[in-house]
Amino acid sequence: MSQVVFWTGNEVTAEAGIAAGCRFFGGYPITPSSEIAAVMAKRLPMENGIFIQMEDEIAAMGACIGAAMAGAKSMTATSGPGFSLKQEHIGFACMVEAPCVIVNVQRGGPSTGLPTHPAQSDLMQARWGTHGDHAIIALAPAYLRELYLEIIRAFNLSEKFRLPVIVLIDEILGHMSECFEVPEPHEYTIFNRVKTDKSPEEYNPYEVSDGELVPPMANYFEGYRFHATGLNHDKTGFPTTDQVLCQTDEVRKHEKIAQNRAEIDSWEEIMLDDAEVLVIAFGSTARGAQTAVEEVRKDGIRAGLFRPITVWPFPEERVRELAQGKKAVIVAEMNLGQMILEVERVAHSDVKIVGCQKIGGIPIEPYEIVAKIREVG
Amino acid sequence: MADRFEARFSAVGGQGVILAGDLLARAAYEEGKFSVQSPTYTAQVRGGPTKIDVIISEEKILYPRTMAIDFFLSLAQRSFDSFGVGLKPGCTILVDPNLVHDCKGHKNVYRIPVIDLTHTGLGRIVYTSVVALGAMVELTHVVKNETIQKIVEKHAPKGTEKQNLKALDIGFSAAAAAKADE
Amino acid sequence: MAFDYTPYLRMSKMPHLWCPGCGIGIVVKSMIRAIDRMGWDKNDIAVVSGIGCTSRAPGYLDMNTLHTTHGRSISFATGIKLVRPEKHVIVIAGDGDMTAIGGNHFIHACRRNIDITCIIVNNNIYGMTGGQYSPTTPRGAKAATAPWGNMDASFNLTDLAIGAGATYVARGQVGNGTQMERFIRDGLSHHGFSVIETLANCHTQYGRRNKLPDPMQLIKDIQEHSVSKSKAEKMNPEEMEGKLIIGELYKNTQRPEFCDEYEKLCQRVQELTKKVEAPV
Repeated sequence: MSQVVFWTGNEVTAEAGIAAGCRFFGGYPITPSSEIAAVMAKRLPMENGIFIQMEDEIAAMGACIGAAMAGAKSMTATSGPGFSLKQEHIGFACMVEAPCVIVNVQRGGPSTGLPTHPAQSDLMQARWGTHGDHAIIALAPAYLRELYLEIIRAFNLSEKFRLPVIVLIDEILGHMSECFEVPEPHEYTIFNRVKTDKSPEEYNPYEVSDGELVPPMANYFEGYRFHATGLNHDKTGFPTTDQVLCQTDEVRKHEKIAQNRAEIDSWEEIMLDDAEVLVIAFGSTARGAQTAVEEVRKDGIRAGLFRPITVWPFPEERVRELAQGKKAVIVAEMNLGQMILEVERVAHSDVKIVGCQKIGGIPIEPYEIVAKIREVG
Repeated sequence: MADRFEARFSAVGGQGVILAGDLLARAAYEEGKFSVQSPTYTAQVRGGPTKIDVIISEEKILYPRTMAIDFFLSLAQRSFDSFGVGLKPGCTILVDPNLVHDCKGHKNVYRIPVIDLTHTGLGRIVYTSVVALGAMVELTHVVKNETIQKIVEKHAPKGTEKQNLKALDIGFSAAAAAKADE
Repeated sequence: MAFDYTPYLRMSKMPHLWCPGCGIGIVVKSMIRAIDRMGWDKNDIAVVSGIGCTSRAPGYLDMNTLHTTHGRSISFATGIKLVRPEKHVIVIAGDGDMTAIGGNHFIHACRRNIDITCIIVNNNIYGMTGGQYSPTTPRGAKAATAPWGNMDASFNLTDLAIGAGATYVARGQVGNGTQMERFIRDGLSHHGFSVIETLANCHTQYGRRNKLPDPMQLIKDIQEHSVSKSKAEKMNPEEMEGKLIIGELYKNTQRPEFCDEYEKLCQRVQELTKKVEAPV
């Protein structure tokens, strides 16, 4: 029988990381994510993995990228202010295509905000937090068993597509516990980075063969002696200011996401077949949103829930399809309107889109979403 | 949502209610139910008011925080004042009358001196939260007495199983007597 | 026979971007000779840098090279070293890079005593960005952002490194490449965090603003402000004013090294947890 656990979300995150093959954790204390580092500090030495508490958030992220370049699967965890600090190196990881996983246990903000209370206000930061054009993947699970599997998926996607993958949870999920059976290894797959089959003489770190978008990776110290830089570079890894080469390389990094949507996208649809009111919510908010949808159904209001699990890239096409012809679309989120901007961007202009938004550290309660549905339904 | 049961265990830091909540949630899982628990999370200091919310349901638990509390335990006036909110009308309330004097006009209050009972019955007050847990289970029957016994026995620190089971029994009896007094 | 640098260089990347007469070249050559004396395989060496003129060095070195963000090379190097502690990790940085924006990473690497060799090319200025004053620009010197003379106090880098816990600390200067090579080599052989500060000329950004526009003039000026350890011992504070000591300034082989300690920790934890089942 599987192991039944009653871990907090933060414990789940750490244990799932280890199950995914994470053997390097660069941490820095910050509420409400600190327990992830604490579990890693305890567990990684048992697995011949490395835990280090760095001098700051930026260094924690830098160490993870260094570890990734040397061949390890690496992870860091943080919250609000720390996520802001890490942005510089998240951009670097995008640029050198270093696989790594960043968990953001969201709290209220801006600035120090509400360290011990939940928020979902880093959604846009997860997408656009670092400067420059870049593609990113961000996952937002809502349940703890799902969190376990999504952490594993985050590692798989980061290894497969060679980029930082962000997992957005929040204080609610980080600190709550939920009994579940730990998924057995046969219930998930583990993806390890594709190594180059070329000889060191033939190897170019950012060269892709025809039809491919992700360059096979060589780790440091394996005879390849390649160069990696945060400067725009060509396939050889060396800096270039050639406009065509710069654009080609950056477009490829976008395309590796854009052309693999089938594998990256993930969402849950609840009671949408006959729905007239579409509720969209992610992460912990989606749990209350489902309760709300079930409640109003009792009164004959046909509402349904769309819950993106992969939040970046945003599921544009599916949201556009689902929004079409609906009486109204409600976007519930613990911020002052971030995912709603995406919904407004992709839905047809004649659809009525309303927000159900709340900040201040108290989650959106089901009755608040119920009221909103009744208002429009 | 109909069968959703929400329990809140509150006290001042150090009284062990977090453990009690954890055990209750595990017992619910043991009976094939779903359970979620959320502790208070603030910059808590020892002696400050603290709580743990446990939600139990036959169905998958969606909203993970409390909406209408069915059972409220308080082992300190301060925790009663801080956390005695969001209670369902008719919520079952259990307090230690030596520590909680003002129940703000709530009905359905069971006053069981759990700390005195623990001290008298076991000689040490470290089992207070388990006595309270026994009383809670007897009052609400949200899980079976046998289930909570099984879980307490399984999770008690080695060598303290007997004492913990005795603590549960003290809680069961006190609650049964309190109910009989109604 | 002249030393052949080419096996260590990516010759296809030449010419380099440094100004003619730049002191960085002397440091890089000294470093290559030191590596050569160590007899290390190029495949086993990682060179990590941040941003700035000095930080462009890894691009020219035929090793495992990583050109990172401003000031933060040590954090990346720490990750690399921890994953492959048996390999050699070298950080090369300028004074602005390492001691201003990278100051925090620098002192903590010193404190950890992780086995990384950190070479700091101190030319008293931000060169690449256009001659702004750095934490080592002398008081009174002119810079793009100190047109009326620098009013800010400067760091003594080696004192900083020693105070923070580095276990090998030396200072060389570009007027003596052989000596510099020896310091770098001793730093590479040292098991712990080693810091080699190399006083270097940036005649373009520093010299031209401070009446020393010619490389030889500036190198001579650096030499005039340098004092050997033995000489310094005989000098009083007034005589030492504005002077920097050249030499091996600190060495401690007793302090535990971070990777060794981590390895021991893992062994201890694994020994302990063998007996007790991991708690759920």
